[in-house]
Amino acid sequence: MHRIIKKEELAPRIKLFVVEAPEIASHARPGHFFVLRLHDRGERIPLTIADSDPGAGTITMVFQEVGKSTYELGTLEEGESILDLVGPLGTPREIRRLDTVVCVAGGVGVAPIYPEAKAFHELGTRVISLVGAQTKDMLIFKDRMEAVSDEVHYATDDGSFGYHGFVTGLLHDLLAGGLRPDEVVAIGPLPMMRAACKVTAEFGVKTVVSLNAIMVDGTGMCGSCRVTVDGKTMFSCVEGPAFDGHKVDFGELMARQTRFLTEEKLAMERYKAHVEGCKCRRE
Amino acid sequence: MPARVDRHLMPKQDPQERIRNFDEVALGYSPDTAVEEAKRCIGCPKRPCVAGCPVEVDIPSFVKLIAEGRFVEAARKVKEKNSLPAICGRVCPQETQCEQRCTLGKKGKPVAIGALERFAADYERTSSEGAKNDPKVAARVSAGRVAVVGSGPAGLTCAADLARMGYKVVLFESLHSTGGVLRYGIPEFRLPKAIVDEEVNYVKSLGVEIRANTLVGKTVTLDELFRDGFDAVFLGTGAGLPHFLGIPGENLNGVYSANEFLTRSNLMKAYLFPEYDTPIWVGKRVAVVGAGNVAMDAARTALRLGAEKVTIVYRRSRAEMPARLEEIENAEEEGVELMLLTNPIRVLGDERGWVRGMECIRMELGEPDESGRRRPVPVQGSEFVIDIDTMISAVGTDPNPLLVRSVPGLKIGRHGNVIVNEETGETSVPGVFAGGDIVTGSATVIAAMGAGKIAARGIDEYIRAKRERSG
Repeated sequence: MHRIIKKEELAPRIKLFVVEAPEIASHARPGHFFVLRLHDRGERIPLTIADSDPGAGTITMVFQEVGKSTYELGTLEEGESILDLVGPLGTPREIRRLDTVVCVAGGVGVAPIYPEAKAFHELGTRVISLVGAQTKDMLIFKDRMEAVSDEVHYATDDGSFGYHGFVTGLLHDLLAGGLRPDEVVAIGPLPMMRAACKVTAEFGVKTVVSLNAIMVDGTGMCGSCRVTVDGKTMFSCVEGPAFDGHKVDFGELMARQTRFLTEEKLAMERYKAHVEGCKCRRE
Repeated sequence: MPARVDRHLMPKQDPQERIRNFDEVALGYSPDTAVEEAKRCIGCPKRPCVAGCPVEVDIPSFVKLIAEGRFVEAARKVKEKNSLPAICGRVCPQETQCEQRCTLGKKGKPVAIGALERFAADYERTSSEGAKNDPKVAARVSAGRVAVVGSGPAGLTCAADLARMGYKVVLFESLHSTGGVLRYGIPEFRLPKAIVDEEVNYVKSLGVEIRANTLVGKTVTLDELFRDGFDAVFLGTGAGLPHFLGIPGENLNGVYSANEFLTRSNLMKAYLFPEYDTPIWVGKRVAVVGAGNVAMDAARTALRLGAEKVTIVYRRSRAEMPARLEEIENAEEEGVELMLLTNPIRVLGDERGWVRGMECIRMELGEPDESGRRRPVPVQGSEFVIDIDTMISAVGTDPNPLLVRSVPGLKIGRHGNVIVNEETGETSVPGVFAGGDIVTGSATVIAAMGAGKIAARGIDEYIRAKRERSG
């Protein structure tokens, strides 16, 4: 059991938990993720480690409530516990000192990008962060990103804060203006990562993305998370989740992410009916 | 002399009934039938059956105890060598092991050793006389500490044997639940999970501590285990990495590895969705590629999840199918069709990225290959398409590289398998032992258990020798 030490509502439907998990905390590196299971009937949910504190034995997770399981996760309060956590999983990012890195984050993608930006920053790399969200209220991790970036630029789809438009538009402007970073890191929804890769390909800038493929075990056993990279099938749980974005077959991955839409919708409707019907918070 | 009695068949659920549920198919002997069947054993002096058992169960003795109605004692007799009798009684390929060597089998049908083992274990588990704890557990002297990685059949056996020898054993499991392939791979209708739970609890009762959700190599490294004072480590992490055929279209929606399909259903209980949160999707027409036990399990699971037509597609002929005969028969009784001498060459998709068909080519058998089986050769120009909406790839697995890669100096074979001394289970790294599918590639539960047993002895010798050297 993993106790929730701190709960914070970062934005509507976006929550942060700091959770006791000493073994994961002491081994976590940027790019790692973990799998959690809420209760005996729960599914295994992969989430990126947004931060870790080996001293306190805690890890930080950020999630957006999109389906039944994440909604249910969001109902947990400080002092309550998550049944299972396993990790750290995946291949951590190799982070070296570079001259300049651009971190492009969309939505909750800013949470997994934060530990990478932080690691680059600590090595003395110049970090330029571009953070996008639908609207001002959905911009999260501002203080954190500002603390580990040399510059932060914001974009909102509705223009309520910063640049009016997609964060990839900001990226385009920067590169068109002559900036040539050693690397772009792009983390966010698949269409955003695909768009970011399209922009950077145009300017010949190396781009690393972090894929959130559907998975079950997270240890290379089921192959659910397979993704075509450079024409080869890779398991994103073990070989990833970070890949060279210019080699990822985004079209295939986007189709694969829709595999269980009908089931997910059913689960959500059923959950809503349950919560509204009996007014109990959860079983 | 009494008339010779025929081997007793185990009653099964009716096929039409059982394809609508996940309950166990084979129902087990009644006490009367078990006694009758046990009495068929002639107690021949050479005891060839014992030599056919990878874990050396004293078969004639336990069969005799059943014949005398001493069922709990029979179970205890099995457990002297085999800590997982209810599991082995269900999933061991007895027909190629103990039963194949049975003297009765020379002129007729061998004694149903597997069914009797199952009976004794089930009886002990469910009857009031079967007090749970084995009376013969050694007094717990601290002989040393051993970390066992992976709670499948190899790990459970190695852990149980070491615990009996007086070692403090910690068993590490990366999933949230124990049993390895027994839990994620084998369906409820063939091996009820309650039985896996019971037998794992038995191993715990021997003093083995289990730590789930711990991925050795990531959550804790091997170095850390040794630093924490473990004297030896056993790697029993199995062969979990699924193969794919490497044909175009395999990443289409509706294509599963058997591991994914079975893990969703068995471990995560997706067959009970939405009562359980993990979803599974199965279409109306399903092709399962491969013909081992895993393929049969996947095909039979697909039927139970509502598929209308399930076809096993296999590139060789019926004679070469690697599945147990009993499982092939069960599948056929349930309506699974076999498409033999057929090899898929391409998965076809619709405009939304979902499977709509599979292009195959007919095969014929040529000269024998390295495996001794006749090599399948494509028949030129015989390509054809079958209409399917789900494909399950059950063409084997390789050892999972995750932990293996994290151990410097570990000698690895061509298929990513760990190389060991077969007499002791010792790897190229001192203090590190291995056994089961991680060494052999995917094999049987009982072979893995045999390897766990050998490694337990090897570890015991290693630790004793180390202790003696250090005085």
